[in-house]
Amino acid sequence: MTTTTTSRVRTGARTPTRRHPLGRMVRTEALLLLRDGGTAFFTIFFPAVLLVGLGLLMPWADEPFGEGPELSAITAITGYAPIVLALAVGTAALSTMPTTIGGYREKGVLRRLSTTPMPPSRILLAQILVALGGLSVASVLAVTAGVVVLDISLPTQPGVVLAAFLLGAGAALALGCLIASRAATAGAATAMGMIAWTASMFFAGVWMPLPLMPEVVRTISAYTPIGAASQAMAQGWYGTGVPAHELVVMAVWTGVAVPLAARLFRWS
Amino acid sequence: MDAPVIEVENLRKTYGATTAVADVSLTVARGEVLGVLGPNGAGKTTTVECLAGLRAPDAGRVSVLGLDPQRETAQLREALGMQLQESELPGRMRVDEAMALYASFYDSPADADELLTDLGLADKRSTQFRRLSGGQKQRLSVALALVGNPQVAVLDELTTGLDPQARRDTWSVIERIRDRGVTIVLVTHFLEEAERLCDRVVVIDRGRVVAEGTPAALAGSGGQTLRFRTSVPLPDGVLRVVPGVDEVRSDGLAHVVRTRGDHAVDAVLALTHAGVRPEQLEISHGSLEDAFVRLVTATEEDR
Repeated sequence: MTTTTTSRVRTGARTPTRRHPLGRMVRTEALLLLRDGGTAFFTIFFPAVLLVGLGLLMPWADEPFGEGPELSAITAITGYAPIVLALAVGTAALSTMPTTIGGYREKGVLRRLSTTPMPPSRILLAQILVALGGLSVASVLAVTAGVVVLDISLPTQPGVVLAAFLLGAGAALALGCLIASRAATAGAATAMGMIAWTASMFFAGVWMPLPLMPEVVRTISAYTPIGAASQAMAQGWYGTGVPAHELVVMAVWTGVAVPLAARLFRWS
Repeated sequence: MDAPVIEVENLRKTYGATTAVADVSLTVARGEVLGVLGPNGAGKTTTVECLAGLRAPDAGRVSVLGLDPQRETAQLREALGMQLQESELPGRMRVDEAMALYASFYDSPADADELLTDLGLADKRSTQFRRLSGGQKQRLSVALALVGNPQVAVLDELTTGLDPQARRDTWSVIERIRDRGVTIVLVTHFLEEAERLCDRVVVIDRGRVVAEGTPAALAGSGGQTLRFRTSVPLPDGVLRVVPGVDEVRSDGLAHVVRTRGDHAVDAVLALTHAGVRPEQLEISHGSLEDAFVRLVTATEEDR
């Protein structure tokens, strides 16, 4: 990957050891995330811990997920797997990333970066890549733990799950960027992020699985970025057909929130 | 003489109804250390933010290394290093990581290890930012401003909040940077700092340049102060008629006389002519601080 731009090449020596600023920034930000124990736990390990915890402790874990041919064919804990992936997406995108960027704005880290030749968009991109890495690792850990420890069933349509996961991550990160674009402090970002996170987790079915919720909640959920991701992943995991409505909803969230976040973004 | 590295002409910047900078012009020659002095809220920071391209001026012309900071921002970022007030790093970022990261942003960065050694941070390489002392954070901030090998460094309130020892350590760092030929703009409200480091200072007050010159010339414009005792009370009016004497204050037999320029000697002569012998005579030259207070007070009275 090359991250240099030709527009700022000056006459004179360009050192052969030119480093890749985006790569270095991603690596540094990833290290910083891992060093912050609490945040690292919630971003990377919590989804796996939650899934395994529920699977081992809850008496309903091995019972059928619900009534009807689709839901009675899988265990409740398998039905909970896509929900846990939605949790992994939501935590990294709506909690970790906005809080980090809000804190950088509060402490003048963004202002300092704005005095360097690093183009502003790269700083956001680095954060998005780190969040994407974090939520991907968290999801792989959760699914692996689910398969190994709880013997959950794997998706019937892995391609649909993957597409829903990636589009959901995109939509959630776009919403996270929108929060991060203006939050003046880490505290403000956390507050806004937690509201979005809590609502998203409700609509994703973390508190109560969606198939068990009223029709009206499921309808609203299908229009929220993470609710749509949860439903689309569920359909790919144990349903049939392509969840076109949910996939379009997620694409629209991404397409609207990313340019808006870029317009609203503030350095200080 | 070379063309100036920095030229600011009739800069103006307002925020809503507040005029941060009304009319500021200044030039800085290559290799020069320019001090920007002024009380809080005078427009110092806005001025340097405009010349670094962080803010767009409302009016006036700014040129840095022949570049327009608003239009040729990318080239300017390569060549200008800036240390901002109250700019931190992520708490868990290590010193060496910060240096490597910021060095990676530039086309031809400086040697990070050498900079850290120069700034006395060599043994803090693997320390996280949050564990550094205030002075160390400030020195790292200077190191980051210099890691791009800039031709111009802008340092804003470099030593604010540092203890006297850390302040002196930071000053010697600035002297070493100056010796490398880097042009430096130093925003400060410590006059001692300006006297020690700057070739030239401009004093900004209420958005305008109210004085400009070498620290010594500005200090000299503050006049002289005589302190002496006499064995008899001063005859009435003996000093007030002397040209250049601004103020005579007597407390019994102890006297303080302020003169403009170097008229102290005229005051002494006048006393001798009147047959009065000044005892324990001390003559002091104005300090930059006296000059600063006088300049800033004068503009406040114009209000």
